[in-house]
Amino acid sequence: MSRYIMVIDTRRCVGCQDCVVACQTENNVPSGYCRDWITETASGEYPTVRLEIRSERCNHCDNPPCVHCCPTGASHVHERGGVVLVTPEKCIGCKACLASCPYDARFIHPKGYADKCTFCIHRVERGLDPACVSVCPTHCMHFGDAEDPLSGVSRLLATRPHHTLLPEAGTKPRIYYLT
Amino acid sequence: MIEYTSTRHNPGIDPTLHLWGWEIPVYLFLGGLVAGLMMLSGYHLLRSRWDHDRAHGHYVTAPLFSLALLSAGMLTLFLDLEHKVQVWRLYLTFRPASPMSWGSWILLLVYPALAASALLTLPDSLPRLVRRLPVLSRVAATLSGRDGTVHLIGFANLVLGAMLGVYTGVLLSALGARPLWNSALLGPLFLFSGLSTGAATLHLLSHLTPRARGDAPGFSDALASVLVTWLRPPSAPEGSRKLEQADNSFLTIELVLLALFFGGLMTSTLAHQTGARLLLTGPWAAPFWVFVVGSGILLPLLLQFLQAQRRIQSTLVPALLVIGGGLALRFILVAAGQASHWSIALP
Repeated sequence: MSRYIMVIDTRRCVGCQDCVVACQTENNVPSGYCRDWITETASGEYPTVRLEIRSERCNHCDNPPCVHCCPTGASHVHERGGVVLVTPEKCIGCKACLASCPYDARFIHPKGYADKCTFCIHRVERGLDPACVSVCPTHCMHFGDAEDPLSGVSRLLATRPHHTLLPEAGTKPRIYYLT
Repeated sequence: MIEYTSTRHNPGIDPTLHLWGWEIPVYLFLGGLVAGLMMLSGYHLLRSRWDHDRAHGHYVTAPLFSLALLSAGMLTLFLDLEHKVQVWRLYLTFRPASPMSWGSWILLLVYPALAASALLTLPDSLPRLVRRLPVLSRVAATLSGRDGTVHLIGFANLVLGAMLGVYTGVLLSALGARPLWNSALLGPLFLFSGLSTGAATLHLLSHLTPRARGDAPGFSDALASVLVTWLRPPSAPEGSRKLEQADNSFLTIELVLLALFFGGLMTSTLAHQTGARLLLTGPWAAPFWVFVVGSGILLPLLLQFLQAQRRIQSTLVPALLVIGGGLALRFILVAAGQASHWSIALP
Protein backbone atom coordinates (compact mmCIF):
# COMPACT_ATOMS: atom_id res chain seq x y z
CA MET A 1 0.00 0.00 0.00
CA SER A 2 1.62 3.22 -1.13
CA ARG A 3 1.48 6.43 0.91
CA TYR A 4 2.14 9.49 -1.20
CA ILE A 5 3.73 12.47 0.50
CA MET A 6 5.29 15.76 -0.54
CA VAL A 7 8.55 17.07 0.90
CA ILE A 8 9.35 20.76 0.40
CA ASP A 9 12.76 22.24 1.15
CA THR A 10 12.12 25.66 2.70
CA ARG A 11 15.82 26.47 2.38
CA ARG A 12 15.52 26.30 -1.39
CA CYS A 13 12.04 27.76 -1.94
CA VAL A 14 12.18 31.37 -3.17
CA GLY A 15 8.41 31.90 -3.31
CA CYS A 16 8.36 32.41 -7.10
CA GLN A 17 4.80 31.02 -7.36
CA ASP A 18 5.58 28.84 -10.35
CA CYS A 19 3.90 25.99 -8.47
CA VAL A 20 0.74 28.09 -8.08
CA VAL A 21 0.56 28.96 -11.76
CA ALA A 22 1.39 25.40 -12.85
CA CYS A 23 -1.45 24.06 -10.70
CA GLN A 24 -3.94 26.59 -12.03
CA THR A 25 -2.96 25.75 -15.61
CA GLU A 26 -2.84 21.97 -15.17
CA ASN A 27 -6.11 21.72 -13.23
CA ASN A 28 -8.03 24.53 -14.91
CA VAL A 29 -8.52 26.23 -11.53
CA PRO A 30 -11.07 29.04 -11.97
CA SER A 31 -9.79 32.60 -11.95
CA GLY A 32 -9.68 34.09 -8.47
CA TYR A 33 -9.13 30.73 -6.73
CA CYS A 34 -6.05 28.68 -5.88
CA ARG A 35 -5.42 25.09 -4.85
CA ASP A 36 -1.90 25.93 -3.67
CA TRP A 37 -0.35 29.15 -2.45
CA ILE A 38 2.79 30.68 -0.97
CA THR A 39 3.16 31.77 2.65
CA GLU A 40 6.01 33.60 4.30
CA THR A 41 6.54 33.50 8.06
CA ALA A 42 9.11 35.88 9.54
CA SER A 43 9.74 35.25 13.21
CA GLY A 44 12.13 36.36 15.94
CA GLU A 45 13.81 39.67 16.81
CA TYR A 46 16.65 41.36 14.97
CA PRO A 47 19.38 40.13 14.53
CA THR A 48 18.05 36.56 15.02
CA VAL A 49 15.25 36.78 12.50
CA ARG A 50 14.11 33.67 10.64
CA LEU A 51 12.20 33.62 7.36
CA GLU A 52 10.42 30.52 6.09
CA ILE A 53 8.85 30.47 2.66
CA ARG A 54 6.42 27.61 2.09
CA SER A 55 4.39 26.30 -0.81
CA GLU A 56 1.15 25.16 0.87
CA ARG A 57 -1.83 23.06 -0.25
CA CYS A 58 -4.14 20.33 1.04
CA ASN A 59 -2.11 18.15 3.40
CA HIS A 60 -3.81 14.90 2.33
CA CYS A 61 -3.95 14.01 6.00
CA ASP A 62 -3.70 10.45 7.28
CA ASN A 63 -6.55 11.35 9.63
CA PRO A 64 -8.62 13.59 7.33
CA PRO A 65 -11.45 15.43 9.16
CA CYS A 66 -12.89 16.51 5.79
CA VAL A 67 -13.50 12.87 4.86
CA HIS A 68 -14.94 11.99 8.26
CA CYS A 69 -17.48 14.83 8.26
CA CYS A 70 -18.63 14.47 4.63
CA PRO A 71 -22.29 13.36 4.70
CA THR A 72 -22.36 11.91 1.17
CA GLY A 73 -18.97 10.27 0.76
CA ALA A 74 -17.94 12.83 -1.87
CA SER A 75 -14.74 13.44 0.09
CA HIS A 76 -12.83 10.19 0.15
CA VAL A 77 -9.41 8.62 0.42
CA HIS A 78 -8.20 7.31 -2.94
CA GLU A 79 -6.92 3.75 -2.97
CA ARG A 80 -3.72 4.87 -4.67
CA GLY A 81 -1.34 6.52 -2.26
CA GLY A 82 -4.06 7.49 0.22
CA VAL A 83 -4.68 10.76 -1.62
CA VAL A 84 -7.71 12.72 -0.35
CA LEU A 85 -10.06 13.52 -3.23
CA VAL A 86 -13.54 14.97 -3.88
CA THR A 87 -16.07 13.50 -6.30
CA PRO A 88 -17.83 16.63 -7.63
CA GLU A 89 -20.95 14.69 -8.67
CA LYS A 90 -21.48 13.50 -5.09
CA CYS A 91 -20.78 16.82 -3.35
CA ILE A 92 -23.84 18.78 -2.14
CA GLY A 93 -21.82 21.88 -1.21
CA CYS A 94 -22.69 21.79 2.50
CA LYS A 95 -19.24 23.24 3.34
CA ALA A 96 -18.72 21.00 6.39
CA CYS A 97 -15.39 19.84 4.92
CA LEU A 98 -14.25 23.46 4.50
CA ALA A 99 -15.08 24.22 8.12
CA SER A 100 -13.41 21.02 9.33
CA CYS A 101 -10.06 21.68 7.62
CA PRO A 102 -7.55 23.33 9.97
CA TYR A 103 -5.48 24.38 6.94
CA ASP A 104 -8.36 26.10 5.11
CA ALA A 105 -7.15 24.20 2.06
CA ARG A 106 -10.55 23.80 0.41
CA PHE A 107 -12.85 26.18 -1.37
CA ILE A 108 -16.20 26.07 -3.12
CA HIS A 109 -15.74 25.85 -6.89
CA PRO A 110 -18.01 28.27 -8.80
CA LYS A 111 -19.90 25.18 -10.00
CA GLY A 112 -20.91 24.48 -6.39
CA TYR A 113 -18.71 21.62 -5.20
CA ALA A 114 -15.78 21.53 -2.78
CA ASP A 115 -12.44 21.71 -4.57
CA LYS A 116 -8.80 21.35 -3.55
CA CYS A 117 -5.39 19.91 -4.43
CA THR A 118 -5.50 16.35 -5.80
CA PHE A 119 -1.73 15.76 -5.78
CA CYS A 120 -2.39 15.76 -9.58
CA ILE A 121 -3.44 12.14 -9.24
CA HIS A 122 -4.24 12.05 -12.98
CA ARG A 123 -0.54 12.75 -13.68
CA VAL A 124 0.77 10.49 -10.92
CA GLU A 125 -1.21 7.55 -12.33
CA ARG A 126 0.69 8.12 -15.59
CA GLY A 127 4.01 8.02 -13.77
CA LEU A 128 4.48 11.79 -13.71
CA ASP A 129 5.09 14.15 -10.80
CA PRO A 130 2.36 16.61 -9.75
CA ALA A 131 2.45 19.76 -11.91
CA CYS A 132 3.75 21.96 -9.06
CA VAL A 133 6.67 19.60 -8.40
CA SER A 134 7.57 19.25 -12.07
CA VAL A 135 7.89 23.00 -12.72
CA CYS A 136 9.72 24.08 -9.56
CA PRO A 137 12.81 25.99 -10.78
CA THR A 138 14.77 25.43 -7.54
CA HIS A 139 13.85 21.75 -7.26
CA CYS A 140 12.69 22.37 -3.72
CA MET A 141 9.61 20.12 -4.07
CA HIS A 142 9.73 16.34 -3.94
CA PHE A 143 6.92 13.84 -4.36
CA GLY A 144 6.95 10.11 -3.69
CA ASP A 145 5.95 7.09 -1.66
CA ALA A 146 6.81 7.25 2.04
CA GLU A 147 6.28 3.49 2.35
CA ASP A 148 9.26 2.89 0.07
CA PRO A 149 12.38 3.37 2.23
CA LEU A 150 14.49 3.91 -0.89
CA SER A 151 12.33 6.69 -2.35
CA GLY A 152 13.76 10.20 -2.51
CA VAL A 153 11.18 11.54 -0.04
CA SER A 154 11.92 8.80 2.50
CA ARG A 155 15.64 9.50 2.33
CA LEU A 156 15.10 13.25 2.71
CA LEU A 157 12.95 12.74 5.81
CA ALA A 158 15.51 10.33 7.23
CA THR A 159 18.40 12.78 6.83
CA ARG A 160 16.97 16.29 7.18
CA PRO A 161 15.15 18.04 10.04
CA HIS A 162 11.56 18.73 9.09
CA HIS A 163 8.18 19.76 10.40
CA THR A 164 4.53 19.63 9.43
CA LEU A 165 1.82 22.28 9.80
CA LEU A 166 -0.39 22.31 12.90
CA PRO A 167 0.54 18.82 14.11
CA GLU A 168 -1.41 19.64 17.28
CA ALA A 169 -4.64 19.49 15.24
CA GLY A 170 -4.12 15.71 15.11
CA THR A 171 -4.74 15.32 11.39
CA LYS A 172 -1.33 13.74 10.62
CA PRO A 173 -0.55 15.90 7.59
CA ARG A 174 1.51 14.50 4.72
CA ILE A 175 3.24 17.66 3.50
CA TYR A 176 6.66 17.88 5.16
CA TYR A 177 8.78 21.01 5.26
CA LEU A 178 12.57 20.60 5.45
CA THR A 179 14.23 23.24 7.61
CA MET B 1 7.42 38.69 16.74
CA ILE B 2 5.74 36.83 13.90
CA GLU B 3 4.86 38.31 10.53
CA TYR B 4 2.77 36.08 8.33
CA THR B 5 1.83 36.71 4.70
CA SER B 6 -0.10 34.47 2.34
CA THR B 7 -0.90 34.66 -1.36
CA ARG B 8 -4.06 32.57 -0.91
CA HIS B 9 -7.21 34.42 -1.91
CA ASN B 10 -10.10 31.99 -2.00
CA PRO B 11 -13.58 33.51 -1.61
CA GLY B 12 -15.26 32.48 1.64
CA ILE B 13 -11.88 31.43 3.07
CA ASP B 14 -9.72 34.58 2.96
CA PRO B 15 -9.11 36.93 4.63
CA THR B 16 -11.28 35.20 7.26
CA LEU B 17 -13.49 32.15 7.06
CA HIS B 18 -17.05 33.10 6.18
CA LEU B 19 -18.75 29.97 4.91
CA TRP B 20 -22.03 30.05 6.75
CA GLY B 21 -24.16 33.18 6.75
CA TRP B 22 -27.66 33.54 8.23
CA GLU B 23 -29.02 30.25 6.92
CA ILE B 24 -27.17 27.88 9.26
CA PRO B 25 -27.80 29.82 12.53
CA VAL B 26 -31.50 30.11 11.64
CA TYR B 27 -31.64 26.39 10.88
CA LEU B 28 -29.86 25.51 14.14
CA PHE B 29 -32.24 27.77 16.06
CA LEU B 30 -35.39 26.37 14.45
CA GLY B 31 -34.09 22.80 14.78
CA GLY B 32 -33.40 23.36 18.49
CA LEU B 33 -36.75 25.03 19.05
CA VAL B 34 -38.62 22.20 17.33
CA ALA B 35 -36.57 19.69 19.36
CA GLY B 36 -37.69 21.45 22.54
CA LEU B 37 -41.32 21.50 21.41
CA MET B 38 -41.18 17.81 20.49
CA MET B 39 -39.71 16.84 23.85
CA LEU B 40 -42.23 18.87 25.84
CA SER B 41 -45.21 17.66 23.78
CA GLY B 42 -43.85 14.10 23.88
CA TYR B 43 -43.52 14.27 27.66
CA HIS B 44 -47.06 15.65 27.85
CA LEU B 45 -48.40 12.77 25.75
CA LEU B 46 -46.55 10.22 27.86
CA ARG B 47 -47.87 11.67 31.09
CA SER B 48 -51.50 12.25 30.14
CA ARG B 49 -54.49 10.21 29.13
CA TRP B 50 -55.62 11.56 25.80
CA ASP B 51 -59.01 13.22 26.06
CA HIS B 52 -60.29 15.78 23.57
CA ASP B 53 -62.84 17.18 25.98
CA ARG B 54 -60.13 18.32 28.36
CA ALA B 55 -58.69 20.70 25.74
CA HIS B 56 -54.95 20.31 25.81
CA GLY B 57 -54.42 24.01 25.26
CA HIS B 58 -51.02 24.96 23.90
CA TYR B 59 -50.05 21.33 23.25
CA VAL B 60 -52.78 21.13 20.62
CA THR B 61 -51.16 23.58 18.22
CA ALA B 62 -47.53 22.72 19.03
CA PRO B 63 -47.09 19.77 16.60
CA LEU B 64 -48.47 21.69 13.62
CA PHE B 65 -46.42 24.72 14.62
CA SER B 66 -43.34 22.47 14.87
CA LEU B 67 -43.93 21.01 11.43
CA ALA B 68 -44.11 24.51 9.94
CA LEU B 69 -40.99 25.70 11.79
CA LEU B 70 -38.98 22.58 10.93
CA SER B 71 -39.91 22.92 7.28
CA ALA B 72 -38.78 26.55 7.36
CA GLY B 73 -35.50 25.39 8.93
CA MET B 74 -35.04 22.73 6.26
CA LEU B 75 -35.62 25.40 3.64
CA THR B 76 -32.83 27.58 5.08
CA LEU B 77 -30.55 24.51 5.19
CA PHE B 78 -31.32 23.85 1.54
CA LEU B 79 -30.67 27.50 0.66
CA ASP B 80 -27.20 27.19 2.22
CA LEU B 81 -26.19 24.30 -0.05
CA GLU B 82 -23.90 25.30 -2.92
CA HIS B 83 -24.68 22.24 -5.05
CA LYS B 84 -28.43 22.04 -4.55
CA VAL B 85 -29.21 19.59 -7.36
CA GLN B 86 -27.21 16.92 -5.54
CA VAL B 87 -29.11 17.20 -2.23
CA TRP B 88 -30.67 13.75 -2.75
CA ARG B 89 -27.19 12.24 -2.31
CA LEU B 90 -27.68 12.63 1.46
CA TYR B 91 -30.07 9.73 1.40
CA LEU B 92 -27.99 7.32 -0.67
CA THR B 93 -25.57 6.64 2.17
CA PHE B 94 -25.17 6.74 5.92
CA ARG B 95 -21.81 8.00 7.21
CA PRO B 96 -21.51 7.23 10.95
CA ALA B 97 -18.62 9.70 11.42
CA SER B 98 -20.52 12.59 9.84
CA PRO B 99 -22.92 14.53 12.12
CA MET B 100 -24.54 15.98 8.99
CA SER B 101 -25.35 12.48 7.78
CA TRP B 102 -26.81 11.62 11.19
CA GLY B 103 -28.82 14.85 11.04
CA SER B 104 -30.29 14.19 7.64
CA TRP B 105 -31.47 10.72 8.70
CA ILE B 106 -32.75 11.98 12.08
CA LEU B 107 -34.77 14.64 10.24
CA LEU B 108 -36.26 11.89 8.08
CA LEU B 109 -37.50 10.17 11.27
CA VAL B 110 -38.57 13.41 12.96
CA TYR B 111 -41.15 14.24 10.30
CA PRO B 112 -43.31 11.08 10.72
CA ALA B 113 -43.17 11.43 14.54
CA LEU B 114 -44.24 15.07 14.31
CA ALA B 115 -46.86 14.26 11.68
CA ALA B 116 -48.33 11.54 13.94
CA SER B 117 -48.65 13.90 16.88
CA ALA B 118 -50.04 16.61 14.55
CA LEU B 119 -52.68 14.13 13.29
CA LEU B 120 -53.51 13.26 16.88
CA THR B 121 -54.29 16.88 17.65
CA LEU B 122 -55.78 17.85 14.28
CA PRO B 123 -59.46 17.83 15.38
CA ASP B 124 -58.55 20.49 17.94
CA SER B 125 -55.95 22.47 15.99
CA LEU B 126 -57.64 22.59 12.57
CA PRO B 127 -61.31 21.72 13.20
CA ARG B 128 -62.54 23.24 9.94
CA LEU B 129 -60.14 21.14 7.88
CA VAL B 130 -61.13 18.00 9.77
CA ARG B 131 -64.83 18.75 9.15
CA ARG B 132 -64.14 19.02 5.43
CA LEU B 133 -61.99 15.88 5.34
CA PRO B 134 -63.65 13.35 7.66
CA VAL B 135 -60.89 10.83 6.93
CA LEU B 136 -58.57 12.98 9.07
CA SER B 137 -60.99 12.73 11.93
CA ARG B 138 -61.04 8.93 11.59
CA VAL B 139 -57.22 8.79 11.55
CA ALA B 140 -57.05 11.01 14.64
CA ALA B 141 -59.66 8.88 16.38
CA THR B 142 -57.70 5.71 15.54
CA LEU B 143 -54.47 7.20 16.87
CA SER B 144 -56.03 8.55 20.03
CA GLY B 145 -58.22 5.49 20.59
CA ARG B 146 -55.59 3.57 22.53
CA ASP B 147 -53.39 4.98 25.25
CA GLY B 148 -50.57 2.74 24.05
CA THR B 149 -50.50 4.43 20.64
CA VAL B 150 -50.57 7.89 22.19
CA HIS B 151 -47.71 6.93 24.51
CA LEU B 152 -45.72 5.49 21.61
CA ILE B 153 -46.11 8.77 19.70
CA GLY B 154 -45.11 10.66 22.85
CA PHE B 155 -42.05 8.46 23.38
CA ALA B 156 -40.99 8.85 19.73
CA ASN B 157 -41.30 12.64 20.00
CA LEU B 158 -39.34 12.68 23.25
CA VAL B 159 -36.45 10.56 21.96
CA LEU B 160 -36.25 12.03 18.45
CA GLY B 161 -36.57 15.55 19.89
CA ALA B 162 -33.57 14.88 22.14
CA MET B 163 -31.59 13.50 19.20
CA LEU B 164 -32.49 16.51 17.06
CA GLY B 165 -31.57 18.97 19.81
CA VAL B 166 -28.21 17.37 20.58
CA TYR B 167 -27.39 16.98 16.88
CA THR B 168 -27.69 20.72 16.24
CA GLY B 169 -24.80 21.23 18.68
CA VAL B 170 -22.77 18.18 17.64
CA LEU B 171 -22.92 19.47 14.06
CA LEU B 172 -20.57 22.26 15.14
CA SER B 173 -18.61 20.52 17.89
CA ALA B 174 -17.46 17.78 15.51
CA LEU B 175 -15.54 20.34 13.45
CA GLY B 176 -12.27 20.17 15.35
CA ALA B 177 -10.58 22.76 13.17
CA ARG B 178 -12.58 25.49 14.95
CA PRO B 179 -11.45 25.41 18.60
CA LEU B 180 -14.40 27.48 19.86
CA TRP B 181 -16.83 24.80 18.70
CA ASN B 182 -14.65 21.92 19.80
CA SER B 183 -16.49 21.06 23.02
CA ALA B 184 -18.72 18.09 23.75
CA LEU B 185 -20.86 20.44 25.85
CA LEU B 186 -22.16 22.18 22.73
CA GLY B 187 -24.66 19.34 22.16
CA PRO B 188 -26.26 19.54 25.64
CA LEU B 189 -26.03 23.35 25.54
CA PHE B 190 -28.01 23.54 22.30
CA LEU B 191 -30.43 20.90 23.62
CA PHE B 192 -31.26 22.92 26.74
CA SER B 193 -31.34 26.14 24.76
CA GLY B 194 -33.81 24.37 22.47
CA LEU B 195 -35.85 23.23 25.47
CA SER B 196 -35.96 26.75 26.90
CA THR B 197 -36.99 28.29 23.57
CA GLY B 198 -39.47 25.43 23.11
CA ALA B 199 -41.01 26.09 26.52
CA ALA B 200 -41.14 29.81 25.73
CA THR B 201 -42.86 29.07 22.41
CA LEU B 202 -45.37 26.82 24.19
CA HIS B 203 -45.92 29.68 26.61
CA LEU B 204 -46.69 31.95 23.67
CA LEU B 205 -48.97 29.32 22.17
CA SER B 206 -50.79 28.96 25.50
CA HIS B 207 -51.96 32.55 25.07
CA LEU B 208 -52.99 31.92 21.50
CA THR B 209 -54.92 28.69 21.93
CA PRO B 210 -58.52 29.25 22.98
CA ARG B 211 -59.43 27.12 25.97
CA ALA B 212 -63.16 27.44 26.07
CA ARG B 213 -63.99 27.20 22.38
CA GLY B 214 -63.98 23.68 21.14
CA ASP B 215 -63.53 24.42 17.44
CA ALA B 216 -61.57 27.64 17.27
CA PRO B 217 -58.87 27.71 14.58
CA GLY B 218 -56.02 28.51 16.97
CA PHE B 219 -53.19 27.71 14.57
CA SER B 220 -54.37 29.97 11.78
CA ASP B 221 -54.81 32.85 14.22
CA ALA B 222 -51.36 32.46 15.69
CA LEU B 223 -49.47 35.44 14.31
CA ALA B 224 -52.28 37.92 14.81
CA SER B 225 -52.76 36.69 18.34
CA VAL B 226 -49.08 37.20 19.14
CA LEU B 227 -49.40 40.87 18.28
CA VAL B 228 -52.61 41.30 20.25
CA THR B 229 -51.38 39.55 23.37
CA TRP B 230 -48.07 41.41 23.20
CA LEU B 231 -49.94 44.69 23.53
CA ARG B 232 -51.96 43.71 26.59
CA PRO B 233 -50.74 41.47 29.41
CA PRO B 234 -52.83 38.31 29.26
CA SER B 235 -54.10 36.49 32.27
CA ALA B 236 -51.99 33.43 32.87
CA PRO B 237 -53.78 30.40 31.45
CA GLU B 238 -53.77 27.03 33.12
CA GLY B 239 -50.41 25.35 32.70
CA SER B 240 -48.46 28.47 31.79
CA ARG B 241 -47.07 28.78 35.32
CA LYS B 242 -45.72 25.26 35.04
CA LEU B 243 -44.17 26.24 31.74
CA GLU B 244 -42.54 29.27 33.34
CA GLN B 245 -41.09 27.04 36.04
CA ALA B 246 -39.87 24.54 33.46
CA ASP B 247 -38.40 27.37 31.40
CA ASN B 248 -36.57 28.69 34.46
CA SER B 249 -35.11 25.23 35.08
CA PHE B 250 -33.94 24.96 31.45
CA LEU B 251 -32.46 28.47 31.55
CA THR B 252 -30.59 27.68 34.78
CA ILE B 253 -29.17 24.49 33.28
CA GLU B 254 -28.26 26.42 30.11
CA LEU B 255 -26.41 28.98 32.23
CA VAL B 256 -24.49 26.23 34.04
CA LEU B 257 -23.65 24.53 30.72
CA LEU B 258 -22.42 27.85 29.31
CA ALA B 259 -20.16 28.28 32.36
CA LEU B 260 -18.83 24.73 31.96
CA PHE B 261 -18.38 25.27 28.22
CA PHE B 262 -16.17 28.30 28.82
CA GLY B 263 -14.47 26.64 31.77
CA GLY B 264 -13.49 23.74 29.54
CA LEU B 265 -12.19 25.99 26.78
CA MET B 266 -10.27 28.31 29.12
CA THR B 267 -8.45 25.38 30.73
CA SER B 268 -7.56 23.83 27.38
CA THR B 269 -4.96 24.79 24.74
CA LEU B 270 -4.08 28.34 23.75
CA ALA B 271 -6.16 27.92 20.59
CA HIS B 272 -9.24 27.02 22.68
CA GLN B 273 -8.59 29.90 25.08
CA THR B 274 -8.26 32.29 22.13
CA GLY B 275 -11.55 30.95 20.76
CA ALA B 276 -13.34 31.43 24.09
CA ARG B 277 -12.03 34.99 24.38
CA LEU B 278 -13.75 35.86 21.09
CA LEU B 279 -16.99 35.69 23.08
CA LEU B 280 -15.83 36.63 26.56
CA THR B 281 -13.79 39.74 25.81
CA GLY B 282 -13.33 39.86 22.03
CA PRO B 283 -15.32 41.21 19.09
CA TRP B 284 -18.45 39.17 19.92
CA ALA B 285 -18.37 39.95 23.66
CA ALA B 286 -20.90 42.81 23.59
CA PRO B 287 -23.68 40.96 21.71
CA PHE B 288 -22.92 37.76 23.63
CA TRP B 289 -23.19 39.30 27.10
CA VAL B 290 -26.11 41.57 26.22
CA PHE B 291 -28.32 39.37 24.02
CA VAL B 292 -27.43 35.82 25.09
CA VAL B 293 -26.56 36.06 28.78
CA GLY B 294 -28.31 39.31 29.77
CA SER B 295 -31.59 39.58 27.91
CA GLY B 296 -31.65 35.94 26.78
CA ILE B 297 -31.12 34.17 30.12
CA LEU B 298 -30.73 36.37 33.23
CA LEU B 299 -33.53 38.87 32.57
CA PRO B 300 -36.19 36.27 31.68
CA LEU B 301 -35.06 34.19 34.67
CA LEU B 302 -35.66 37.19 36.94
CA LEU B 303 -38.96 38.18 35.30
CA GLN B 304 -40.34 34.65 35.39
CA PHE B 305 -39.24 34.29 39.00
CA LEU B 306 -41.07 37.49 39.94
CA GLN B 307 -44.13 36.38 37.95
CA ALA B 308 -44.11 33.06 39.77
CA GLN B 309 -43.97 34.96 43.07
CA ARG B 310 -46.90 37.08 41.76
CA ARG B 311 -44.93 40.24 42.41
CA ILE B 312 -45.37 41.40 38.81
CA GLN B 313 -48.06 40.76 36.26
CA SER B 314 -47.56 37.86 33.88
CA THR B 315 -46.61 38.94 30.36
CA LEU B 316 -45.16 37.34 27.28
CA VAL B 317 -42.00 39.45 27.53
CA PRO B 318 -39.84 36.72 29.16
CA ALA B 319 -40.88 34.18 26.54
CA LEU B 320 -40.00 36.54 23.72
CA LEU B 321 -36.66 37.37 25.37
CA VAL B 322 -35.81 33.68 25.69
CA ILE B 323 -36.59 33.08 22.02
CA GLY B 324 -34.47 36.09 21.03
CA GLY B 325 -31.63 34.84 23.24
CA GLY B 326 -31.73 31.39 21.62
CA LEU B 327 -31.52 32.93 18.16
CA ALA B 328 -28.65 35.21 19.24
CA LEU B 329 -26.75 32.26 20.73
CA ARG B 330 -26.75 30.45 17.37
CA PHE B 331 -25.84 33.53 15.32
CA ILE B 332 -22.97 34.50 17.64
CA LEU B 333 -21.56 30.99 18.06
CA VAL B 334 -21.64 30.27 14.32
CA ALA B 335 -19.99 33.59 13.44
CA ALA B 336 -17.34 33.51 16.19
CA GLY B 337 -16.60 29.82 15.60
CA GLN B 338 -15.65 30.53 12.01
CA ALA B 339 -13.17 33.14 13.22
CA SER B 340 -11.67 30.66 15.67
CA HIS B 341 -8.61 28.88 14.31
CA TRP B 342 -5.69 26.73 15.42
CA SER B 343 -3.13 28.96 13.73
CA ILE B 344 -4.13 31.95 15.90
CA ALA B 345 -2.22 30.23 18.66
CA LEU B 346 0.92 29.60 16.65
CA PRO B 347 4.05 30.95 18.35
